[in-house]
Amino acid sequence: MTEDQSVKPAELACPACGEPVYPGEGFCEACGRRLGDGVAAPAPEPVRACAGCAAPAIDADGYCERCGLRQPAERDHYEIELPGPNGRLLAAGGSDRGKRYSRNEDALALAAHPTGVAAVVCDGVGSSPTPHEASAKAAATGADELTGRLGKGEDFEAATRAALIKAADAVAALAPDPDSAPSCTYVSAVTGPRSVTVGWVGDSRVYWLPTRPAGDGPRAGAEVDTAELAIGDTGASEDTADSAALGPARRLTDDDSWAAIMVERAALTEAEAEAHPNAHVITGWLGADAGEVAPHVRTFTVDGPGAVLVCSDGLWNYLPQAEALVQALADASLDPAGDPLGAVRTLVRRALDAGGRDNITVAVIPVAHPHTEQPR
Amino acid sequence: MSEQPQFGITVDQNKSLPEGASEVHAIVSVEAAGAPAAAAPAGAAEVIIIDTSGSMSYPDSKLRAAIAAAQTAVDTLRDGVLFAVVSGSNTASMVFPQTPRLVPADAGSRHAAKAALKALKAAGGTAIGSWLRLADELFDPYQDGIRHAILLTDGKNQHETPEQLDAALARCSGRFVCDCRGVGTDWEVAELRKVSSALLGSVDIVADPRDLVADFQAMTEAAMGKAVADVALRVWTPQNARLRFVKQVMPSVADLTARRAEAGPQAGDYPLGAWGAESRDYHICVEVPAQPVGQELRAAWVKLVVPGGPGQEAQVLATGNVLARWTDDEAAATKINPRVAHYTGQAELADVIQQGLQARKEGDLATATARLGRAVQLADEAGNDAITAALRKVVDVEDAATGTVRLKRNVDKADEMSLDTTSTKTVRTRKKEG
Ligand SMILES: [Zn+2]
Ligand SMILES: [Zn+2]
Repeated sequence: MTEDQSVKPAELACPACGEPVYPGEGFCEACGRRLGDGVAAPAPEPVRACAGCAAPAIDADGYCERCGLRQPAERDHYEIELPGPNGRLLAAGGSDRGKRYSRNEDALALAAHPTGVAAVVCDGVGSSPTPHEASAKAAATGADELTGRLGKGEDFEAATRAALIKAADAVAALAPDPDSAPSCTYVSAVTGPRSVTVGWVGDSRVYWLPTRPAGDGPRAGAEVDTAELAIGDTGASEDTADSAALGPARRLTDDDSWAAIMVERAALTEAEAEAHPNAHVITGWLGADAGEVAPHVRTFTVDGPGAVLVCSDGLWNYLPQAEALVQALADASLDPAGDPLGAVRTLVRRALDAGGRDNITVAVIPVAHPHTEQPR
Repeated sequence: MSEQPQFGITVDQNKSLPEGASEVHAIVSVEAAGAPAAAAPAGAAEVIIIDTSGSMSYPDSKLRAAIAAAQTAVDTLRDGVLFAVVSGSNTASMVFPQTPRLVPADAGSRHAAKAALKALKAAGGTAIGSWLRLADELFDPYQDGIRHAILLTDGKNQHETPEQLDAALARCSGRFVCDCRGVGTDWEVAELRKVSSALLGSVDIVADPRDLVADFQAMTEAAMGKAVADVALRVWTPQNARLRFVKQVMPSVADLTARRAEAGPQAGDYPLGAWGAESRDYHICVEVPAQPVGQELRAAWVKLVVPGGPGQEAQVLATGNVLARWTDDEAAATKINPRVAHYTGQAELADVIQQGLQARKEGDLATATARLGRAVQLADEAGNDAITAALRKVVDVEDAATGTVRLKRNVDKADEMSLDTTSTKTVRTRKKEG
């Protein structure tokens, strides 16, 4: 981040995670901590009450002195709200450790850019060393690079690709030696008034969830298979005019995974592949052992109001189909474009209730919604 | 107490619990490293108690060996260590010095003490409680330093009531540490074990009086090696939790559960006595309120402390956490920690040996065979070769793996008593694998 020193002269640090933050930012981009006025001076920790028994006695190791409960770490569960000028949220995100893992190795960053929102979700690869550091580094670096480039008016796809490469380099630099390479997945979504650009390596995903006309129930077969659209990765094209329209609910990314390869080769059905023990083996990641990173980048045209959902596999393992996500939100009478934070909370809760076997991270960005007045 | 050793606590456990489970087990290892042998604390006191009841002269070699052993112990005392020698029969009396007090060890006092020992005669009965009370009186002015006694007897506590002994033990508990030795085979292992465990010491048989000298030297050297006088294991548990037991499991099995002294909110102290360059292991079992899957509790917070007097802050030497984390991962939650399993087996081993020997004494041969058979199996599993060897002097082993044994028809009384005193001695890990 040294080259940005001229733009961001004050190098301040987040009081929670120590990542650099900048004057005027409401939240830390790395961990989502709310930043007060004058972020340089961390506010004194208020006396914390136990999350279990409410005793105001948490010792230095993070355990309650009365009931012994380990208090949730900053990263165990957090929410990020990106407030807009009219008080409504430009975007919301949430991340949870889940029930199986002892720490949250997912990371989430949300940031506003001049014409919309940029979101990055990264999922640490569990078999690598310190995957939580890899994901935090990748999400912070990616979001930082995206907002820097988009702020200078750079094209969405070029910025997406450059940010991913920069994040990949940052993660690769974490490895103390080639045999010990922290690694993670990476997915970004950049929204504008009329388009969405996604970029990814690995199996974290982006979905499109259109706002339904009132009274419109779920339609059978409404899901569009992305493979049929034949848009493919758009390569170096900077022209988004002829990109695919978003249409009904759908997934916008294709996993870099063993399961996806099997489905693509028609060796297995999607259901068979997902049930297979190898389903979660990914074929692309960021890390010193990843070789040359090949980002997938796609752009879609917004043809109606809706929301872009960015998530880790901790959510989509339980709700893999776009329609299932739509249904989960409809069950809770939630329009993700109108209440992104409510949608985030509902989906995180659904994944926890379903077992929470992995870290869960969800970001929701309303697009072309009557209430989302984007700064132009 | 300028040069204290570095203490460390390590906790071995499987913290993963299945949904709804509430019992947490852990092995807490306390280790002191770098205890300076030469620069041990100045404040050390030693009282040597020799049984001079009439039976000690049948045969006379017992008394002669006891005197020789006590003389060696006196020679092993560091210069400056406060000491006294007491003889015990129906009552206790001073051997050296002549008045009830402790004197510093130096060439002159050692010489005088050894001369006084030489003149000892055996007569009268056995009243161990009264001997301990005299030792307690002698230690009384020196409660800050290391206080250690050696008690040698050859008979049963016949000349005072069990209540008198219990009252003496209650008085002396926590006031000094006492290692007990039985010479010959006319004493009761259970009785002397009661004394040694109340006073945080060891109990052993010295079947052959000629072995006494080496044994006394070893005990005195160990006492001189202690660097901290009174340490305790302070165990904090969550509100609504129940501490099921605290057991020492290494170097020997000793249940400390009943020795708890309350130490502030939700915490209790379990006295461990003096500590030198050594390590000991404790098995702790806590019942905690079950939490939802994904939550983690500190099920116990263990600290090695020097408790300090009333109104004084305890000095904390080391700390460790016993944790509980609920998971729906069955494979993780059902794994038993190997050290917990190892020591659980050895605690059971001590129990079944003592039960088996008792049944044998009472003529219940079926129970004796079953318990000692189980003991053979457990000793084999644990790799406790000393106990296996002691068991083989009492039973003929057909198959160690299944615990199939026959009671030997003729068993030497000393072998039976050795098995009893050895039953609580544990080994840290299996020596042989597979
Ligand atoms: Zn932060
Ligand atoms: Zn609490």
